Amino acid sequence: MSSNAASRKPEPQAAQDSIVEVRDVHYSIGGRAIFSGLSLQIQRGRITAIMGPSGTGKTTLLRLITGQVKPDSGQVLFDGIDVSNLSTSELYTLRRRMGMLFQNGALLTDEDVFENVAFPLREHSDLPEALIRNIVLTKLQAVGLRGAARLMPAELSGGMARRVALARAMATDPEVLIYDEPFTGLDPISMGMIVRLVRQMNFALGITSIVVSHDVEELSILADASYIIAGGKVAASGSFVELKDHDSEIVHQFVNGLADGPVAFHYPAPDYYEDLLAG
Amino acid sequence: MHFLRELWDNVREFVTTVGAVALFFGRVLAQLPRALMRPSLVVEQVHNTGALSLVIIMTCGLFVGMVLGLTGYDLLQRFGSEEALGTAGALAVIKELGPVVTALLFAGRAGTALASEIGLMRATDQLTAMEMMAVDPMRRVIAPRFVGGIIAMPLLTMIFISIGIFGVQLVGVQQFKVDAASFWSQMRSSVGLDDIMEGVIKGCVFGVACSLIAVYEGYNAAPTAEGVGRATTRTVVISAVLTLILDYLLTAIML
Repeated sequence: MSSNAASRKPEPQAAQDSIVEVRDVHYSIGGRAIFSGLSLQIQRGRITAIMGPSGTGKTTLLRLITGQVKPDSGQVLFDGIDVSNLSTSELYTLRRRMGMLFQNGALLTDEDVFENVAFPLREHSDLPEALIRNIVLTKLQAVGLRGAARLMPAELSGGMARRVALARAMATDPEVLIYDEPFTGLDPISMGMIVRLVRQMNFALGITSIVVSHDVEELSILADASYIIAGGKVAASGSFVELKDHDSEIVHQFVNGLADGPVAFHYPAPDYYEDLLAG
Repeated sequence: MHFLRELWDNVREFVTTVGAVALFFGRVLAQLPRALMRPSLVVEQVHNTGALSLVIIMTCGLFVGMVLGLTGYDLLQRFGSEEALGTAGALAVIKELGPVVTALLFAGRAGTALASEIGLMRATDQLTAMEMMAVDPMRRVIAPRFVGGIIAMPLLTMIFISIGIFGVQLVGVQQFKVDAASFWSQMRSSVGLDDIMEGVIKGCVFGVACSLIAVYEGYNAAPTAEGVGRATTRTVVISAVLTLILDYLLTAIML
């Protein structure tokens, strides 16, 4: 950690056991409010699920936590440090404590699997080649893809690409692993593998995991704690059992996958018959 | 009123874009020293932008020289001064056609490759992934490609010029039997180092301009298929127009 980032004192009253804390965040894009007073805490060493209907800003929340965007107001604290007040170099220093798994893997397409996993090691260390090789093979072994080390990203299936991205995210042993929609578009076998890996990483490495998804079933198996975001705020939080019994209509609709509820089937539109006759 | 408002909007957009490019250029320059500390990345980009453009540059250089030989001979023989073909052809290729045509070809081959590659990296979250791994894409992706371009472009210009003069000679001496001794001796006595430097300087300036436009457009491409396509098109169009404007300015200064 650089001296500047290291010397930044944690904000007062930051909860001691929470590694990420979002305090009363307001954020809008193009005049549309995404968050209006969002507050939540991610507990250290646990798997926290961030859920919610499509378009509620789950990925935007990750972008706020990782400092890719800044809130209009409010605070986003990472280990007590306000992410939105950091300079670019301080932010990069802080990001070395995070790993992120993108929805599409975001592998470097002109490098093979081995080089993708080695990438952060080569960029951030002067480790000898033999040691880099050992670390990369260890990480690939952990995700079951040591044998695919010399394949190119174009030769991988969606599930394999995500496992490689997970190996790359773990390469520098981050404190927090952030998963953006890790289950989207995967077959049940690949999905099962990813669920197992997330659980294993969290348990074996003692890291904190933040999983953004709308796959309720997978998250019910995986998550220690969950937040459901709707209407720019936290609509509900707690264990999955607590969420199932939640009395909020939108939480009930989301958790049970109902077509009708506060989130309407139809996008707001003028009267159907009037619209047809207007032509 | 509508016309004036549109004109004002266009002027404002142009000034904003020029400012954005200038800021981007400053960011690239700030990363140059660190990029140069990784020579392997720069060499890779010199290969991608330079070596892979060699065939097209050499082919076009040969044919541009040969066409120049044909038209030059036709013009000069009307005045009975075919021996001056060497001088006329060499000066035209060294001072104008070499740098300008090389820049246009560079924009079309290497510039579009750079813009679409960087644009696709943006669209597929590769640049964001680098940022999340605390790796600055300006240092790791943009600066090496920019340096690769500005090294490759003057070299390609020199190769184009050499092949172009060979093309003039091929038509003038081999086809129309212009006296070889006169062809080469007149060229040697009339073409000075300052003429060659003019070509090299133009090659360097066009290299900076075309490489900057390509990496800027790619880096700022909208993360969609249409956005990458638009960035690629803009790279060619802006590079071509900028090359011709800069060519006029440089010629006027160095005349």
